[in-house]
Amino acid sequence: MVLMKQGDNEYPGIKIGLEIHCQLTGLQSKLFCSCFCNYHGLEPNGNICPICCGLPGTLPLLNKTAVESACMVSLALDCKIPDNITFYRKNYFYPDLPKNFQLTQYNAYGITSIGVGGSLKYGEKTSRIRRIQLEEDPGRLVYESGGIDFSSSYTLIDYNRAGISLVEIVTEPDFTDPKDVRVFLNKITSIIEHLGVCNTKRQGSVRCDANISIQGGKRVEIKNVGSFKEVEKALNYEIARQKTMSMHDIKVLAETRDWDDARKVTKQSRAKEEEQDYRYFPEPDIPTILLGEEYVSSIRKKMPELPYERKNRFIAYYELSDHISQVLIDNKELADFFESAVKIYSSPKEIANWIVTELLRYTDDDITEAKIDSSSIPNQSSSLFAGLKIDPNQIAELAILIDRNTINRNTAKIILTQIIKTGEMPSQVLARTDVLKIEDKIIISEAVESVFKAEKSAIRDAKNNPNVANFLLGKVMKLTKGRADPKITLNLIKTKLDGLD
Amino acid sequence: MSKLYKLSAKEVNTGIRSGEFTAEEYIIQILERIDKVNPKVNAVICIDRNGALEKARLVDRKIREDEKIGPLAGIAIGIKDNICTSGLKTTCASKMLEEYVPPYDATVVRRLKDDDAIIIGKLNLDEFAMGSSTEFSSFGPTSNPWNTDYVAGGSSGGSAASVAASECSVSLGSDTGGSIRCPASFCSVVGLKPTYGLVSRFGLIPYANSLEQIGPIGKTVSDVVMIMKTIAGADDNDQTVQVTYRTPDYTFSSNEKMRIGLVRELTEGAEPEISKRIYSAMDLFTNLDCKCEEISMNYVDYALASYYTIAMAEASSNLSRYDNIRYGFNFTPDGYEWNAYFAKVRSNFGDEVKRRIIVGTYVLSSAYYGKYYLKAQKIRTMLKQELRSLFKKYDILIAPTMPILPFKFGEKIDDPIKMFMIDIDTVIANLAGVPAITVPAGFSNDLPIGLQIMASEFQEQKLFNAALLFESNTNINRSPEL
Ligand SMILES: [Zn+2]
Repeated sequence: MVLMKQGDNEYPGIKIGLEIHCQLTGLQSKLFCSCFCNYHGLEPNGNICPICCGLPGTLPLLNKTAVESACMVSLALDCKIPDNITFYRKNYFYPDLPKNFQLTQYNAYGITSIGVGGSLKYGEKTSRIRRIQLEEDPGRLVYESGGIDFSSSYTLIDYNRAGISLVEIVTEPDFTDPKDVRVFLNKITSIIEHLGVCNTKRQGSVRCDANISIQGGKRVEIKNVGSFKEVEKALNYEIARQKTMSMHDIKVLAETRDWDDARKVTKQSRAKEEEQDYRYFPEPDIPTILLGEEYVSSIRKKMPELPYERKNRFIAYYELSDHISQVLIDNKELADFFESAVKIYSSPKEIANWIVTELLRYTDDDITEAKIDSSSIPNQSSSLFAGLKIDPNQIAELAILIDRNTINRNTAKIILTQIIKTGEMPSQVLARTDVLKIEDKIIISEAVESVFKAEKSAIRDAKNNPNVANFLLGKVMKLTKGRADPKITLNLIKTKLDGLD
Repeated sequence: MSKLYKLSAKEVNTGIRSGEFTAEEYIIQILERIDKVNPKVNAVICIDRNGALEKARLVDRKIREDEKIGPLAGIAIGIKDNICTSGLKTTCASKMLEEYVPPYDATVVRRLKDDDAIIIGKLNLDEFAMGSSTEFSSFGPTSNPWNTDYVAGGSSGGSAASVAASECSVSLGSDTGGSIRCPASFCSVVGLKPTYGLVSRFGLIPYANSLEQIGPIGKTVSDVVMIMKTIAGADDNDQTVQVTYRTPDYTFSSNEKMRIGLVRELTEGAEPEISKRIYSAMDLFTNLDCKCEEISMNYVDYALASYYTIAMAEASSNLSRYDNIRYGFNFTPDGYEWNAYFAKVRSNFGDEVKRRIIVGTYVLSSAYYGKYYLKAQKIRTMLKQELRSLFKKYDILIAPTMPILPFKFGEKIDDPIKMFMIDIDTVIANLAGVPAITVPAGFSNDLPIGLQIMASEFQEQKLFNAALLFESNTNINRSPEL
């Protein structure tokens, strides 16, 4: 038996596949009716109509823009687009499904969904995309206790979400490491954000189910993962669980497990285990949609710049490094922030550095997730800069002040710590406080003089210890609260030390 | 005053417009007529007295004040109870929807109202339009006005019987596999199943979406045409309606030498009295300078199996939504786990509906999908192609509407296969999506016989020409004594 370290995922034969659901939040209306696409903040069942409630006699009216969006996602992930598409009914009973079937797409009998056979490179690796399909979201069940609690004595149903357009991206089981999954999901996020089809920061707009097996074991589905960030954790937990089972010669059986967000464990799903027969068949009420080469190329022309294209532009046009460009485009908000700042003041390298090395230290990755999970503020899209009062104007001005030598970088950093809290412009902070650099030799000389008087013993060591000059510089800086120009100060100190000989 | 309720829709419209009588006088007579004969016929299951009288007074006021009025002004029309009427119960003759009041009008209903027709009430049918005799109704069966011991046909039994019994001047039915033509034939009135995609299905509670159309039933061909002008054409609420046929404007061009094919398999397969009538119809057309021939169809034998496979498959899915969560009937979910609740409430379907849900579920299951559903679709495609090539040679095809005469209550209700078999002549038009009309062709033992005419997709004009030619050269009673 081979013993393994905790968290060591180099177990043989790990296979992970993903099913990613993205709501097409960029649309105005639902997939088959004219109800609002953005249901957040509305009264429960305040965004419904006879069609999305599945009232008898109503017919689905396909939102053509949703087809365009799904086509864009498919093209961005290098999928083949069939000449025509149809919708299929997936039949199963569940109270959140108004018609007790879901309108989705199907891949069988020579028919394909809107995208098929694609791939996405992330770092040095590639994952194959099995298919992309357009479908409708069900409603939402609200349990008495608030959570998924089967002991509730009653359950409420909110159909506001019913009929929202979803694009489902299904990968081949090509991942072997949960870390790769995170990188891949970040990349997907950046792509759909750049396409403008999905605001991933809107609550519940992206969901991911995963399937995972280890050598010798059956495939386990993990569902109910609340955000992309949790997927990696759920997979790590599941790998550890399956490895432990396999080490104790317990067979891993095919099953569905739910991710328990609070306890950070997967647990057996209460859903019925029997193999469901969804009795797929083509929806007669939606005529076949013809796509074809002309359609696809017209969509291609409409497509916004993709992350990789933007990165290449950043390198070529702004002369940024590969790394800096990558960090910027990995999050559309960051890249947008950068370009807005550059528009105000054209100093791309300085601005990019400030964003990537300084500003990013203050953004809290978890803040996004925290807001998604919190039901108290459902209508708020949480930004990367949530909680910070920063905008491109401030960073641009910071770059101007540095370029003009009005402040040095250390001062700029101090200013940054303040403006992200107050939302002031850097110049306002400067005017209010004494952070201006002291370049006046007479003023600096006075400070040097008083330090020399206080540090007599250090000065005696100066001949034998070359570090004394720097020590004294530190003292002067402390005395001037960092405002003295270090170059001038050091020169003055050295001259004065030399003069002592 | 004369018997206004006996008039054709066209005569009613003319009379009201010319001031010969008022819409209110006519509607009062219609309501009295319903009160008198409906207990015998049971065609009307919901009467909108106030709504009808109110609309009649509005029409009268418009005429008095010389306002613009719609082309159907004053005409009393009955609506099959699987077509949604805003604020008026729409039950599908099912206990499942016994309390259901739709919040919206079907497109056809809205268009009728806009054209100043008067909705008189809702008409009986087999539960969810599943049946050929209107015996499977939670409101009890509809009787044939020609002989009340006999069935009216189905599933639009109420729509045909109400017109024949003069309870309304015209009506709307729906035809999935013959549901308009079968009862129209059994009741000796005219019934049209339009081309698939000519009339909006928005608001028609579906049985089998890919097969069915709403269509009119009337005493005369021109009454049917009149209603079609109002209800046909593109609709923003139904993407399966062909936009190219926005405003049909049917005008009659007689004396056009029609090429007519008589479908041998269907005609010979009918009862002798019926096939005799169809052959003499062919003789009549020949005498009227049409070019008539007997033709043969290869896929007729498979049509029924294909039809019932597809229809039940679609039905099983369409009827999934009836779980009584959002609408339906009064039954509290208190104390039920939802699966148990679903099972409990869905037992409220009638036997025929249950049978079709079970068979439909079976043919769609992944193990049998290829064996049944896909095969049925292949037959459907072949049948379509066969008809397409026939319609290159013939303007219209003629056949019996029904292979048998109206039968007595209970005669076939216990034998589903026997009941399915009587749809043999009608399902072809639904599978192929082509239009078909039935016109009265005579009687045998005082029971009506219908002539069915089919044409190519969107060639309703040809149907109407042939039907009118036949109608004007025959004189067949459409008003039974009741
Ligand atoms: Zn809606």
